[in-house]
Amino acid sequence: MIEITSLSKRFGDFTAVRQLDLVVPAGELFGFLGPNGAGKTTTMRMIAGILQPTAGRIRIAGHDLLADPLRAKRALGFIPDRPFIYEKLTGIEFLRFSAGLYGEAGADVDRRGHELLALFDLEPWRDELVESYSHGMRQKLIIASAFVHRPAVIVVDEPMVGLDPKSSKILKDLFREYTRRGHTVMMSTHTLEIAEGMCDRIGIMQRGELVACGTMDDLRDSSGTDDALEDIFLRLTGDRVARELVEVLDA
Amino acid sequence: MPEALAGGAPTLPEAGAWSLLRPKWQMARNRTRHHQRGDVRRVVVVSAVAMGFWSVAFLLALRLLRYFRGAEDIGDLLAAKLLAMILLSFGSILLLSNTIAALSNFFLSRDLDQLAAAPVRSGALYRARLAETALHSSWMVALLLVPLIGAYGVAYRGGADFVLFAIAVLVPFLLIPAALGSGVTLLLVNVFPARRTRDLLSVIAAMAIAGLVLLFRAARPEQLARPEGFANFMQFVAALDTPSSPWLPSEWVSEAIVKYLRGKAAWPPLLRLWGVAATLIAIGHVLYARGWRRAYSMAQEGATKRGTARTQRPWLDRALSFLGPLRRELVLKELRVFARDSTQWSQLVLLAVLLVVYVANVRYLPLNGSGVTVLLRNLIPFLNLALAGFVLASIAARFVFPSVSLEGRALWLLRSSPLPVRELLWAKFWVGAIPLLLLALLLVGATNLMLKVQPFVHTVSLVSITALVFPLTALALSYGTFHPQYDSENAAQIPTSFGGLLFMITAIGLIAAVAFLSGRPASRWVVAEHFGRESDPVEMVLPFAVGLVVCASCTVIPLVLARRKLERLERA
Repeated sequence: MIEITSLSKRFGDFTAVRQLDLVVPAGELFGFLGPNGAGKTTTMRMIAGILQPTAGRIRIAGHDLLADPLRAKRALGFIPDRPFIYEKLTGIEFLRFSAGLYGEAGADVDRRGHELLALFDLEPWRDELVESYSHGMRQKLIIASAFVHRPAVIVVDEPMVGLDPKSSKILKDLFREYTRRGHTVMMSTHTLEIAEGMCDRIGIMQRGELVACGTMDDLRDSSGTDDALEDIFLRLTGDRVARELVEVLDA
Repeated sequence: MPEALAGGAPTLPEAGAWSLLRPKWQMARNRTRHHQRGDVRRVVVVSAVAMGFWSVAFLLALRLLRYFRGAEDIGDLLAAKLLAMILLSFGSILLLSNTIAALSNFFLSRDLDQLAAAPVRSGALYRARLAETALHSSWMVALLLVPLIGAYGVAYRGGADFVLFAIAVLVPFLLIPAALGSGVTLLLVNVFPARRTRDLLSVIAAMAIAGLVLLFRAARPEQLARPEGFANFMQFVAALDTPSSPWLPSEWVSEAIVKYLRGKAAWPPLLRLWGVAATLIAIGHVLYARGWRRAYSMAQEGATKRGTARTQRPWLDRALSFLGPLRRELVLKELRVFARDSTQWSQLVLLAVLLVVYVANVRYLPLNGSGVTVLLRNLIPFLNLALAGFVLASIAARFVFPSVSLEGRALWLLRSSPLPVRELLWAKFWVGAIPLLLLALLLVGATNLMLKVQPFVHTVSLVSITALVFPLTALALSYGTFHPQYDSENAAQIPTSFGGLLFMITAIGLIAAVAFLSGRPASRWVVAEHFGRESDPVEMVLPFAVGLVVCASCTVIPLVLARRKLERLERA
């Protein structure tokens, strides 16, 4: 469970996140949407403990991130949008290292690591250096590393980028099964079809504020239409895009 | 579904410092296991160069120390003073390099996000990163100390025990600047954004090192070997026996080593070193445990606008318009990227001061006394030519060699555009060659004027250094293309690669050849002039012609090879 209370983040004069209140309960897959620069990544990096909030509180699985960061982070698996992996480690070495950061080691970690690598078709590559992995393979390895310590909450920024259709399907199934078992996933994405098809609830951010939040039905009610998520999203975040596009092409 | 989904494990042991260091160790091990083509050749060349350097440094130091030992009363004092001065220089460099390395290791490394998001205690992170910082900053100084300390051990017959004692003394000497530098960095990051701090530190570091060099030069350490400069002998001995500052760890190391070698009690300075190192690390531990997370969060907020408008120069655009749009944009891109990256140009501050020291030293050469012949006075320009060539090669290694590597992840843009590769190389070549040429002419011209050489020798040395600039630039560019480091984020580290070493070896060979080919006929001409004889025209013209052909070949061939290499480049 993720509980966010009055969360704000300022960079100098610029307010990236403004008074955000949000609860993502256990067993929910929450979709986090918004145009570029809306404050999604900043929010996720604050939840991951990488950025410190200017104001507000974050609780992960009941632990306050600021007051008790170690316990809160133990319950968390974070998958950033631009992950770094040590190029000269092999896949399995990277998974062991990631588990080690959470204090886990030994045969149990190796077994889980092999299972996760096999799940993403990386098992044949487990002893190869990461530098030889493709972009999609790296993304799968990062996702595997977030699961290897069995967190209660997964926060993932743009998980589908670079994945082939089969891996995307596996990841969707993985997230669904994971939430069915009572865990929490908070996922940001720009692929609205994925958010519409997968997420239990969706939050839309605009200029650092949560402008809409709820199930697809809630969003349709609040926007007053029966449209698909794309139309709701454009209506909430400004529909000038299509008009500007025509003007640019005509110019 | 795998068991990985089975649910959280609430009480787990914590990751210690070793868990954070393990991937670095594994990466180093993997590098040695996954051999690539040319690795053996690389190891052999690097080992040979290192052994050659060590041998020369060891023999020089040993000879000097044996000479000191021959001087009764003051020999040991001179040896101690020399060691203290060298260690003071090394200590200052260590403090600066540790401060800069700590900024990368604690705040800017790309792997820190993962560590910040994991339940890792700041104390464990401090210990791991302190070890990395100390290692990154100290390995070169430690390698330089091996022949020096080895020479002390041999000259004073220290025996096998001395090796262990020297290690026990030098470890805290290397740890103290690491702990101090890390502390300074934490304080600075709390005041400035991390990326600004790095820029600031680069400039401070360059200026501080330059200041140290000037200070060392102004101190004229060679005066210590001339006791006649002091009022009486006792005053000279007293000056030698007094430490520059009893508070400096470099003095404690010197004191410990010399006392040990002279069979005196060396444990007080040893204890002082370990005590200070342990205290500083403990203080750093507390500071980082309390302040790292806040400082790291602040470090993420440093990406602010940099006022790039100030570095846009409309007049430069106009001045370069004769090049046409493609070449002009390429040249402007090179100049802008260089000007806006203060980590690049801050090193020029250091370079400028080193050049001033170099020229000043030429000025102080004792060439006016008796016994200095016309021949000697006119031969020095060619020795000077070789030294100036070496300076130019070092600059080319630092600024031209990495230029292809620095395209790195932007190469897709250049290679997917209809840009002919030769245009890219053309821009890089001239942007490197023209400043080098100006510097070369200034350097050789100024030193020739100070030496008051004959016009013919002056002209020959200017032509020679001009002819050297182009092959040095082309070789740097070509070696940089054949040994690229596209993933390197630090331009200063690229020339320290194997390719950089090969470039320097080739450059030194070329400089020696050109200095010989131009110096030999010029010296014959000077002798012939002095004794009123005729010079042999063949002996005069042939070496110059050969030199020019060598320079032209070493310019054109590397550029053609680099173009072919870049045209064939396939990069994911």
